[in-house]
This record gives sequence, C-alpha cells and structure tokens, in this order.
Amino acid sequence: MKQNESYEEFIKGIWRDNPVFVQVLGMCPMLAVTNSAINAIAMGMATFFVLVGSSFLVSSFRNWIPKQVRISCFIIIIATFVTVADYTLLALVPKVHKELGAFIPLIVANCMILGRQEAFSSRYPVRLAVMDAMGMASGFLLALFSLGAIREILGDGALFGIDLFGENFEPWIIMILPPGGFLTLGVILLFFNWFRFKKDEFLADVAAAERGGN
Amino acid sequence: MNAPAPSSLRLVLTLAVAGLISGIAIIGIYESTLPTITANKARELREAVFKVLPGVSEMQQLVYRDGGLVATEERRKEEQAVYGGYDREGNFIGYAIPAAGPGFQDTIGLLYGFSPEQKQVVGMEVLESRETPGLGDKIYKDADFVGSFRALSIEPNIVAVKKGAKARPNEVDAITGATISSKAVVRIINEAHAEWLQRLPPAGAEPPFSDTDPASSGGSP
Repeated sequence: MKQNESYEEFIKGIWRDNPVFVQVLGMCPMLAVTNSAINAIAMGMATFFVLVGSSFLVSSFRNWIPKQVRISCFIIIIATFVTVADYTLLALVPKVHKELGAFIPLIVANCMILGRQEAFSSRYPVRLAVMDAMGMASGFLLALFSLGAIREILGDGALFGIDLFGENFEPWIIMILPPGGFLTLGVILLFFNWFRFKKDEFLADVAAAERGGN
Repeated sequence: MNAPAPSSLRLVLTLAVAGLISGIAIIGIYESTLPTITANKARELREAVFKVLPGVSEMQQLVYRDGGLVATEERRKEEQAVYGGYDREGNFIGYAIPAAGPGFQDTIGLLYGFSPEQKQVVGMEVLESRETPGLGDKIYKDADFVGSFRALSIEPNIVAVKKGAKARPNEVDAITGATISSKAVVRIINEAHAEWLQRLPPAGAEPPFSDTDPASSGGSP
C-alpha cells in the first residue's frame, strides 16, 4: 500500500500531471533553452536537483516554518539550491553553462518549483514530497528533452551534436530559433490532448460495452 | 489549522536563520568551486592563445603601460593587455589580441593572432557570442570562415566580401545568411587593430619572454 502510494506520487508527474504538457508550467526555460538536446538535458538536470533538494528541505521543516513567511522561506531555499547548481555547472561543464547563460539563475523563478512547494511539499511527509518532486522533475526533464531533441533534429540535422542525415540535409533553421519552440510545443500539446481525448473516449466505450454486455 | 498567530519575533527569527544557513551554503559552494572556475578560465585563455598563434608553446601577458608593453601578471582594471606568444626557445612569434564589439544580438568577444613580421592575422577565435544559432554562430562553427583568418593580410584593413568573391589577400568571404555577424567580426578586428597598431613596438623590438613560472622552465630535452 505504502509502496503504491509513493509510486503513484512519482508517476503522476511524468504522465498524468506532467508539469509541461498538462499543467503548462515552467514555460520560460522550456521555450528558451531547448534548441539542442544537450542544453535541454542540462537544464532538466539542474531543475531536477533544485526541485528535489528544495522539496526535501521544505517538507522536513514544514512544521517549523510559520505560515506567514512560508513563501519567503521557500524562495530562500530554492535560491540557495539554484546558486549551488549555478556554480557547480560553471566549474564542471563551463561550455554548457555558457550556453544556458542567464537561464540557470532564472530557475528560481520557475513557477513549477515554487508551485510544488506550496501545493505539495509543505503539506506532506518527506518521503512523499521527495517522490512527488522526483516525478515532477523527471516529467519536466522528459518534456525538455523531447522538445530539445525534436528541435535539434529538425533544425540542425543532428542529435547531441552528431550529424544524422549527412550533407544533403537542409536544416530547418526556424526550429532552433525562438519560434520553433512555440511551434514544437504547440504540436506536442495538440498530440497530448488528442491522445487524452481518445483515451477518455475509449474508456467510455469500454464502460458502455460492459454495461451493454451485462 | 487554527494555531494562534506566531509572534513577529518568531517570523523574523525564522527568516534570519534561513538566510544565515543559505548564506553559509552559498559561501561554501563559492569557495569550493572558485579554484576550478579560475583554473578553467585560465586554461581556456591559454588554449585560445595557442589556437590563434600556431607554433606557440609559451605565452605571457603584456600590459600596455606608459606607452609601452610590460610583461607582467598584474594588471590594473583600466589597463589593457595583449598576450605575447613565444616558441620553445623563447623567440617571439606573435600577439594574441583580445577584442570585443557589438554583433548581431549581443557583444562578440574574440581573440585574434597577429604576426608583426608577416603583417598578417594568423588566427581568430570567438570567445563569447550570443549570435543566432544556426546562422550567426557560424562565425565560430564554420571551419571555412574561421580558417580564412589563418593567413589574412591586414593592410590597410580587412574587408568582408560576398561569399566566393574573395580576390585580394585582405578579403574574407562572409557567411551566407550571417552577413551581419561576419562583418561584425571583421569590424571588431579592424577597430582593435587600428588601436593597437600604434601601441605595439616595431617588429623585432617585442618584449622578450620572461619566464616567471619555474614549473614551465624545464627547458627542451
């Protein structure tokens, strides 16, 4: 039972409540840094670290933090993790840090992270909060990666910098420019909603068939 | 949740403690990553200098001070500097000159190698730029464009021409679709060069290599 509960908290962030495709949160980094798969993954990993770390701390201290100053405390915690991530990336992978530029400090302003603290971590025990954060962060990472991969393949003819199509491929440059982010995200959202619609329809059909069978 | 409102003191204390812990954590990460970050930056600069000056194996900073170049590690904020490149025997090869200026979207910072003997630009490396990915970023991704700065006459200055129209030794083929960025690179080098040319000593009178770092003075085997 307990196993199921944390599994449920984890998996909902990846699919049912995916922060990007379903909740449509965190659009700023989502659109800005997904012009290549590696940038998307670096951004996703940094966000993962910040979200899981903050959720752990917020949940651990949830009984000590007075309600009146909770938002300030959340922001302090998140900002600290962001600074740690910023310096770590600068020291370990300066090239990636250069590409991501201002968007690492801006993780602080990612409403998905503050949203999880307010909606979940500050109300639930540590284990569930961490599972929820890991699920949400994985969902965010997956969403960033799929967008980054699609945009890099179409816009650069490559994935992770490895050329896929050879000389004759004419890159669809708009895909790695800002409009490409909107286009790709729109198409993915369309697909996601179409899929959910179909699934609901299918479930309704099954339910109707079952009723008819009885 | 009908707990009585906590006192202001408690609110202030909570925030103060949170801020304190956060501050300590940030100082910790800053101090622990600083050596790596500084070393990375120094290595990047070294690699860039070696890239724009072929055949160089030693470098030193040359600060422009009182109308001349001084070989020193210390540089005051308002002072400008170039990097001198030397071969294994300490013979002067060329200058690596940092330059910056507006590009298409943001400042382009670059380093170019200049050989006073050949009166040529012998290499160019873009250090920082935010040019459009896929178009403007070809100023450092396009091997042909970067390669055209390897033996480029700079007298009287460099001229960017339409792709394929290069006819004279001081002309560079601009990148199709990135004309503004290509021209920006050329302009940045020209401007920096006009400024530095009057400051550099005459050919043959370059400051000698002063080896201050005992670790690298091992000599040739």
